[in-house]
Amino acid sequence: MTSALNLGAALPEIFLAVAGMALLMYGVFRKGDTTTSVGWMTVIAFIVAAIFVVTGETNQLVFGGSFITDSFSAFAKVLILAGGAFTLIMALQWLKAEKIARFEFCIIMLFATTGMLMMASANDLISFYLGLELQSLSAYVIAAFNRDNLRSTEAGLKYFVLGAVASGLLLYGMSMLYGFTGTTTFAGIAEVIGAGHAGTGVLVGLVFILAGLSFKVSAAPFHMWTPDVYEGAPTPVTAFFAIAPKVAALALMARVLMGPFYEMADQWQQVVWLVAALSMFIGGFAAITQTNIKRLMAYSSIGHVGYALIGLAVADEQGVRGMLIYLAIYLFMNVGTFAVILSMRFKGRATEQISDLSGLSKTHPVMALWLAIFMFSMAGIPPLAGFFGKLYVFLAAVQAELYGLAVIGVLTSVVAAFYYLRIIKVMYFDEPVEAFDRPSRATSAILGICGLFVTLFIVYPAPILAAASAAAASLFQMPG
Amino acid sequence: MMMAVGLSHYLTVAAILFTLGVFGIFLNRKNVIIILMSVELMLLAVNINLVAFSAFLGDLVGQVFTMFVLTVAAAEAAIGLAIVVVFFRNRGSIEVEDINQMKG
Repeated sequence: MTSALNLGAALPEIFLAVAGMALLMYGVFRKGDTTTSVGWMTVIAFIVAAIFVVTGETNQLVFGGSFITDSFSAFAKVLILAGGAFTLIMALQWLKAEKIARFEFCIIMLFATTGMLMMASANDLISFYLGLELQSLSAYVIAAFNRDNLRSTEAGLKYFVLGAVASGLLLYGMSMLYGFTGTTTFAGIAEVIGAGHAGTGVLVGLVFILAGLSFKVSAAPFHMWTPDVYEGAPTPVTAFFAIAPKVAALALMARVLMGPFYEMADQWQQVVWLVAALSMFIGGFAAITQTNIKRLMAYSSIGHVGYALIGLAVADEQGVRGMLIYLAIYLFMNVGTFAVILSMRFKGRATEQISDLSGLSKTHPVMALWLAIFMFSMAGIPPLAGFFGKLYVFLAAVQAELYGLAVIGVLTSVVAAFYYLRIIKVMYFDEPVEAFDRPSRATSAILGICGLFVTLFIVYPAPILAAASAAAASLFQMPG
Repeated sequence: MMMAVGLSHYLTVAAILFTLGVFGIFLNRKNVIIILMSVELMLLAVNINLVAFSAFLGDLVGQVFTMFVLTVAAAEAAIGLAIVVVFFRNRGSIEVEDINQMKG
């Protein structure tokens, strides 16, 4: 099935890259403020790319085996595009209200998303690295997008420095891997490792690559940058960081670990075990004392990455399936929560303090209800979607006899429930402060969609479960 | 007698450069520009690795990879300097200890 030049397989990425350049020209040459029009065209580009992903041929291996499309990449890509589109729609209003609306924002998000799609399809160290860098470089820029704001630029600077170190580590690992296996393709590396020629060099490469990827998914102990960057970056950017790059980097991690390194599973399993356990601990305990809701969401996302990593630590099809289901549900919970956070404005001024949510149940009952549902869902309370996300990863862990990890997961989610419930307590039992401004219509619509998804997942979970099963199965087939 | 310069020598140089780069980032308490230089040092160490392996293996992919790394490193330096400039405009300083608005 290998063909040298089958551009159709990479159609979503090519389309997005071309659309990005065309929109850049449109934005430059068109007079007046083009942020809104460029923004909506970017959203349409995301939707078109998603259609290409869903209808495109799967199980293709193109560009000399460096680019793969299968059900796994398709699942990840649809999640990434959905995350990008949702956050961009919410961002448009917010940027305008903060008076930092520039059309470049949409285009940088588009390029970041293109990089993430390439990560989901990478099947070679070079395409892996290029996809990751396209995503990271765009992310550094949008973190510092509010360029007259000290905190935003500081977030960008911190993200840049630590991200560059992580890229350096990752790249050093890749060079070791290339040197000791003699190839950069995942299939070639799998062959060498499968033949039992994995020496110390390969192990060193594996450790460096794992460290770099853990940084990108903000898993402990490489999470130090997360709270600062999430707090400082403009809120829609924080929402974007909390969703799409995590899906992309976790998908890439799954492909690397289950592909070339599958034969070394007993060696990396312990590392992933430790990273998952540490992330769940940090996510559970460090969030308790936070007063800034963006910082809280940063620690919460570290914890959620820990739960998703349980699925990787299991190192089988069930585990990957659990991870994918978890990521799909996590996306909707997070988009919904950020829809509320983006609506936290008093008379046009944005606020980020948890205490400002006081009495939201009286001033904005519907918004408070949805936020309460997201918080219950994140805490893992049945019958909401978040419970099922945790259920499938814990189930996979128990079936693989990783009882320790499952127990740590359950215990830390009890700890995490404390701070999720505290938000509900603030909303429902504290005296109201000022009422927030009316949220924009698009944001309310997204809030409703995510809320309905999270509550109704129990009624009709079949499509997502089936898609995740097919995706996980395709990851474990050797590509033709 | 002349000693032949082999793969291990190149790898040692690259490893030393890489370590210097990492230490330059974490031990430096002065200036952000030094951090940018250290990042470049890390990437160049990787390039030495790749080219040395490429020559040793007689396989060109390593050198192609190096070209891509060089390109990305250039883009990374441009973005890094741009972010340092906007930070300097807001803070009036690029001392490492002045990057302290948010505390983890």
